[in-house]
Amino acid sequence: MAIRRAMSGRIMGRTTVVGARSMSSWWRNVEPAPKDPILGVTEAFLADPHPDKVNVGVGAYRDDNGKPVVLECVREAERRIAGNLNMEYLPMGGSVKMVEETLKLAYGENSELIKDKRIAAVQALSGTGACRLFADFQKRFRPDSQIYIPVPTWANHHNIWRDAQVPQKTYHYYHPESRGLDFAAMMDDIKNAPNGSVFLLHACAHNPTGVDPSEEQWREISQQIKAKGHFAFFDMAYQGFASGDPERDAKSIRIFLEDGHYIGIAQSYAKNMGLYGQRVGCLSVLCGDEKEAVAVKSQLQQLARPMYSNPPVHGALIVSTILNDPDLKKLWLKEVKVMADRIIGMRTALRESLENLGSPLSWKHITNQIGMFCYSGLTPEQVDRLTNEFHIYLTRNGRISMAGVTTGNVEYLANAIHKVTKSA
Amino acid sequence: MASVFASIVQAPEDPILGVTVAYNKDSSPIKLNLGVGAYRTEEGKPLVLNVVRKAEQLLVNDLSRVKEYLPILGLAEFNKLSAKLILGDDSPAIQENRVATAQCLSGTGSLRVGAEFLAKHYHERTIYIPLPTWGNHPKVFTMAGLSVKTYRYYDPTTRGLDFQGLLEDLGAAPAGAIVLLHACAHNPTGVDPTVEQWEQIRQLMRSKGLLPFFDSAYQGFASGSLDTDAQPVRMFVADGGECFIAQSYAKNMGLYGERVGALSIVCKAADVASRVESQLKLVIRPMYSNPPIHGASIAATILKNSDMYNEWKVELKAMADRIISMRKQLFDALTAKGTPGDWSHIIKQIGMFTFTGLNSDQVAFMTKEYHIYMTSDGRISMAGLSSSTVPHLADAIHAAVTRSC
Repeated sequence: MAIRRAMSGRIMGRTTVVGARSMSSWWRNVEPAPKDPILGVTEAFLADPHPDKVNVGVGAYRDDNGKPVVLECVREAERRIAGNLNMEYLPMGGSVKMVEETLKLAYGENSELIKDKRIAAVQALSGTGACRLFADFQKRFRPDSQIYIPVPTWANHHNIWRDAQVPQKTYHYYHPESRGLDFAAMMDDIKNAPNGSVFLLHACAHNPTGVDPSEEQWREISQQIKAKGHFAFFDMAYQGFASGDPERDAKSIRIFLEDGHYIGIAQSYAKNMGLYGQRVGCLSVLCGDEKEAVAVKSQLQQLARPMYSNPPVHGALIVSTILNDPDLKKLWLKEVKVMADRIIGMRTALRESLENLGSPLSWKHITNQIGMFCYSGLTPEQVDRLTNEFHIYLTRNGRISMAGVTTGNVEYLANAIHKVTKSA
Repeated sequence: MASVFASIVQAPEDPILGVTVAYNKDSSPIKLNLGVGAYRTEEGKPLVLNVVRKAEQLLVNDLSRVKEYLPILGLAEFNKLSAKLILGDDSPAIQENRVATAQCLSGTGSLRVGAEFLAKHYHERTIYIPLPTWGNHPKVFTMAGLSVKTYRYYDPTTRGLDFQGLLEDLGAAPAGAIVLLHACAHNPTGVDPTVEQWEQIRQLMRSKGLLPFFDSAYQGFASGSLDTDAQPVRMFVADGGECFIAQSYAKNMGLYGERVGALSIVCKAADVASRVESQLKLVIRPMYSNPPIHGASIAATILKNSDMYNEWKVELKAMADRIISMRKQLFDALTAKGTPGDWSHIIKQIGMFTFTGLNSDQVAFMTKEYHIYMTSDGRISMAGLSSSTVPHLADAIHAAVTRSC
């Protein structure tokens, strides 16, 4: 019947349509989504015409002129790559060379675990992609587990595990009064969580607070997690960027490895190699033996295939070109240290400026905290004043991206902060 | 402590990508990889288009370029140009701002993001996919939270379209159901509806309120003409209705590993498109935050420069023409050998793949005796053939078909 009816209306091009125009949109009930709290800040900044505006919102590195930076080692790697290689699909697990070098950074150059092939690892879409793959993997293979997430954390962590349909719980982390770590409460939460829970840990340079456990505290955390049989998943987005020394920044992970944990790690090259938009990262899961690592890797690939089939090649080529060339690798380490040192310098400058202005508050935390971000302690209302009165853009939780601070704007920033807090 | 993942079993090899793995392991001097759909030159080499190399040089030499994050929806310029490419420069849907476009990771990523959006915002949770379809389609949709049903598509007896079955099955689908349509060069069969048949499909779908989700992975690659290959999509958009379109630049621009694609959602009204766009961001952000910049920049450079665009069309037609020529050569070779059976489907089918009609036993035989690697459903990638290897394949097919066991 349907065929005969259809055959009799052999019209092509613009036709009389059965129903299409008269129906309303299927999407008419779709709500406008709220703006992303972090990325929305830069949008607002870009729209502001004020000459003194300052962007200390999104965590992307800026040089002392406030300009984005492409590292020299990256430019050189790109020159070597362009025109030489083809653009064939990578395997589902990504670039083997890139992953090998990336594991060395996290697990150690001479790690026995790498030699014994006990690490299941795949190239991932930067830190976000690595976390999401792990969350999907957790959902599939430990469907009864939940994820413990620190308070506060990078906002997108909540979205990732939610979309993977893994239930979330939180653990104490930031101590507002001291603007430091709420260590006792954190240890209590680890102790009280049901045995075998999954804990999300920031390996270094906690985002958004910049507050990291000390080495001694990490050792205690490791022991407690071990005692409870918990699984530690590290998000390491700032290796090298925190202290300037990648080995030092991986200390927390190395402690857990020494203590015999089986861990997972999300690594990102967005900040430490400045490869933001290239989306280059790695997800690794430490396994009992090589056979298990092969099995786990195959399952991670099964999760990547229906998401994007295989990861992008360009950024991975940049990374493996740099890390496989001793001179380029040395140059990279130097450039990472320059970035980290500039940020550390700005922390000192901001703190000193505020102290010199005679601020009644303590600003020690600016230099105690580490990495790209400073959890200033400013209230949302104070943040709104900074934005509305001084055209200074940051997220409403008071997180300042130190990478946006320069010798050119640090005084202006200090003045503004002083103005909105001096009566606090 | 034992690992919490100690009991995990190894996943089976991906049926398509596993073919290349097996091919690489084979040490025979004469072997043929007709598995994965990646274009090969007459010399059997992968091809980076000249215009792509040019675009890449421009990008590398432009020192003002930085590597910052793209917006969540990707490169705006790329998105506009991609929508124009599939919908046409003068598309009213574009002029009326009714198209929400997001740069995604090639075809796979575009399908997945579209499917996740549907699972969140659409009232129907079932997608109808053709039988057969690309091996990865079912998992993309089920991982997104949709359930998958099939509609008849390929007719093994004619090695052509089971049009009657298709109309019956779509006719029986519940109102509002999502329907996956291959825009051109159906993968794996190479069997496409005619223009008349597309019109009937369109009328049927609109009368039942079925939602079209186009997978466009071969625009320009099938017939050699970008506009011709976009016809089915444009027919649906011309009637003013809504649809989803997943575009890939993997094959037609040879950008495979750069993962360049776009998801476009054609809506009834501009304010709807705007809200849809905002919701797409919420799907993408927890998946990978924002898409990779390199490949999309190459594609945008080519699409917006009229000289480079024309160069691209010429190189694209050359690839399509070489494939059409391989089809002819294989058909002629089998005819000359007198291989039993009707092999005209080789020249009737279109695009990168031919559904040979060989069964899995015959395929296994060809792999073992002739070192020919292909998927067990009998699909061969014509792009993997060359004038010098056609005879070997013809020998293998002939042997497989005529052997007594």
